[in-house]
Amino acid sequence: MSADPLSRVFSALADPTRRDMVARLTLADATVGELAEPYDVTVQAVSKHLKVLEDAGLVTRTRDAQRRPVHLEAEVFDLMTKWIERYRRQAEERYQRLDEVLRAMPDEPHPTAPSEPPTTGAAR
Amino acid sequence: MSTHETEITLDPKVPLVRMTREFDAPPEKVFRAHTDPKLIVQWLGPRRHEMTIDHFDCRTGGSYRYVHASDGNEFGFHGCFHDVRPAELIVQTFTFEGQPDGVALEKLFFEDLGDGRTRLVVTSLVDSFEDRDAFVASGMEEGVREGYERLDELLAG
Repeated sequence: MSADPLSRVFSALADPTRRDMVARLTLADATVGELAEPYDVTVQAVSKHLKVLEDAGLVTRTRDAQRRPVHLEAEVFDLMTKWIERYRRQAEERYQRLDEVLRAMPDEPHPTAPSEPPTTGAAR
Repeated sequence: MSTHETEITLDPKVPLVRMTREFDAPPEKVFRAHTDPKLIVQWLGPRRHEMTIDHFDCRTGGSYRYVHASDGNEFGFHGCFHDVRPAELIVQTFTFEGQPDGVALEKLFFEDLGDGRTRLVVTSLVDSFEDRDAFVASGMEEGVREGYERLDELLAG
């Protein structure tokens, strides 16, 4: 297993079934049985997925309650979203610099202009 | 103005990042700013990094390599131009030399919106969701360290 927490979160979310489960948990807590319903997999397989999400800190399960509903740790999940926002902002800064470059560029010669006449004296 | 903001979407089905941005310049100009090394160095590098272009031969079958330097650290990037159609499309590979086995397939679409405007759509496809997500996180600069620290705190709490 990856040593650092970031890699654990990323690899936990690398699996489509687990991403789907997380998406479902953003709506409400759910039991293992409820989470297993939409998939063609055993409750054991879902439990395995949950263990990975738990180890990554993305979900927790109440110890004492009978139903032991699974709860999404929204703060950890939000952090992922913030990383994407940072990535977006960095791209936006880059493109604002490109806006400047485009403003400073002279207008093009016509892009479909015929090729330049042969240079005088060029060898053929 | 708000229509200019960069949009980012992570595809749920394939490990792909899609970026969309509009520019107040015709496709020919936006294309040239992506292919002329003298222009690229003015915008492509991250802010506090110095960008040096080793070579940049943007034509079908050509290749590129550039280096971002900051505080004595150097980050090299290279790739090949698979397909280049002036003012329309660039298809290229992209490798961060810190992860030499990783490669992204990138497509840049220069869409003519008329009235001297262009919509640029850039897609990056990698070979696993893990790589895609790590790729998104790697763009964070100092944010990544901060993110690690905050995640450590959250997970310790």
